[in-house]
Amino acid sequence: MGQQIIKYFVMFVTLILIQVLVLNQVQFSGYVNPYLYILFILLLPLNTPRYSVLLLAFVLGLSIDIFSNSLGIHSAATVLIAFIRPFVIRSISNREEDRSDYPGLRQNGFRWFLYYTAIMVIVHHTFLFYVEVFTFVNFWTTLSRVLLSSLFSIFVIVLSQYLIFRE
Amino acid sequence: MRSLIRYLIKNYAFLLFLLLEIVSFILLFNFGRYQKVQYFNSANRITASVYRGFNSVVNYFELTKINRELADENALLKSQIQLKKNSEVASLSNVSRFFVGDTTYKYIPVRVINNSVNKVFNYITLDKGWKQGIKPDQGIVSPNGIVGVVISVSNSYSLGLSVLNQRWSVSVKLKKNGYFGSLSWRGNDYRIANLMEIPFHVELAHGDTVVTSGYSSIFPEGILVGTIQSFSKPQGENYYNIQVRLSTDFKALSFVDVIENMNKKEIKKLENVNQDGTTNN
Repeated sequence: MGQQIIKYFVMFVTLILIQVLVLNQVQFSGYVNPYLYILFILLLPLNTPRYSVLLLAFVLGLSIDIFSNSLGIHSAATVLIAFIRPFVIRSISNREEDRSDYPGLRQNGFRWFLYYTAIMVIVHHTFLFYVEVFTFVNFWTTLSRVLLSSLFSIFVIVLSQYLIFRE
Repeated sequence: MRSLIRYLIKNYAFLLFLLLEIVSFILLFNFGRYQKVQYFNSANRITASVYRGFNSVVNYFELTKINRELADENALLKSQIQLKKNSEVASLSNVSRFFVGDTTYKYIPVRVINNSVNKVFNYITLDKGWKQGIKPDQGIVSPNGIVGVVISVSNSYSLGLSVLNQRWSVSVKLKKNGYFGSLSWRGNDYRIANLMEIPFHVELAHGDTVVTSGYSSIFPEGILVGTIQSFSKPQGENYYNIQVRLSTDFKALSFVDVIENMNKKEIKKLENVNQDGTTNN
């Protein structure tokens, strides 16, 4: 248990650093910004109490916000996906299957993890980008930003499963 | 009553979710107010030192480019000094004496340790603060043109709005005829900003230079902003719709200067006195 906490703490800090120091600096044509940090929420064990998933999501989002001077935007988006996480998992999982407690790629298969990541990332990004511009005026421009960034985020998150967060 | 409590306990996750969302949105809508609070932005001690540590590593690889930029700027300044010297000799020496000692603006060199161009509200974090004399409302310029304005300062770091921030606009003018308008950014492209309030009767051409007007005490007059890339006359309006190509490359900011207006207090005081005077009448 203690080991788990340390592991997740290290992951928390690492993901924030990768996000603000590397990914936020990657700015293709001013449109695309992948957000890897939500991987932390994706990979929390399934038996984590719901209140702590929500609170962790809030703290994670707020940390990203403070680094990128966007107070409230990332915390709102991250809390949203933390809230829908159990519903997403239930909707894409087979009931009879014996589920592992850790929602990783190895444990659940590529297909499952891709669905899981795609739904969470798209919900997160849609909410994030529309709250950021706070208007539907440039609806299609914003939508293209959402889709491009989502593609990138999904790619980076799935790739990360092969590289570091294997377990 | 008991069923209500049972209902609340059963749905605590939803209530907590609502609560956290509400807190987030309160923070979001009041950010203008919190902007000045240094704990909530990237100029606070922890975030800024993370950025600075990383930046000093990255900067190492850009030294060649930075050196070249500095050399270019040096050459430009030298030639300006020469020009000035020549004109001094030519003009009456007792007239130019008044301008030689002009110390209205003081430049403080700072390093950009964090910067973004792809958000709706872009900010820059600088590696100097109170201790080095940075204060809110000072202008930030790069060798190529204007960059932004300081809004929040901590002990050793400060946070600035860049031109690429929809919460800010700056007073600029056309260099060739002095007509002034305000420059703001509409998002999307980090190279293009919009110039507004230039009336139809003003003659415009592609490539016209846009500089700061000097009407706000943030920037001195005549700092390069950009050139006119395109313009149109929207129907039913009195002002041009002008796209300005910014001269500063916001993607490649490394060393910039913060401008301190030594007379700002005096100007503000004078303006306030004036306003009080008119309201009393």
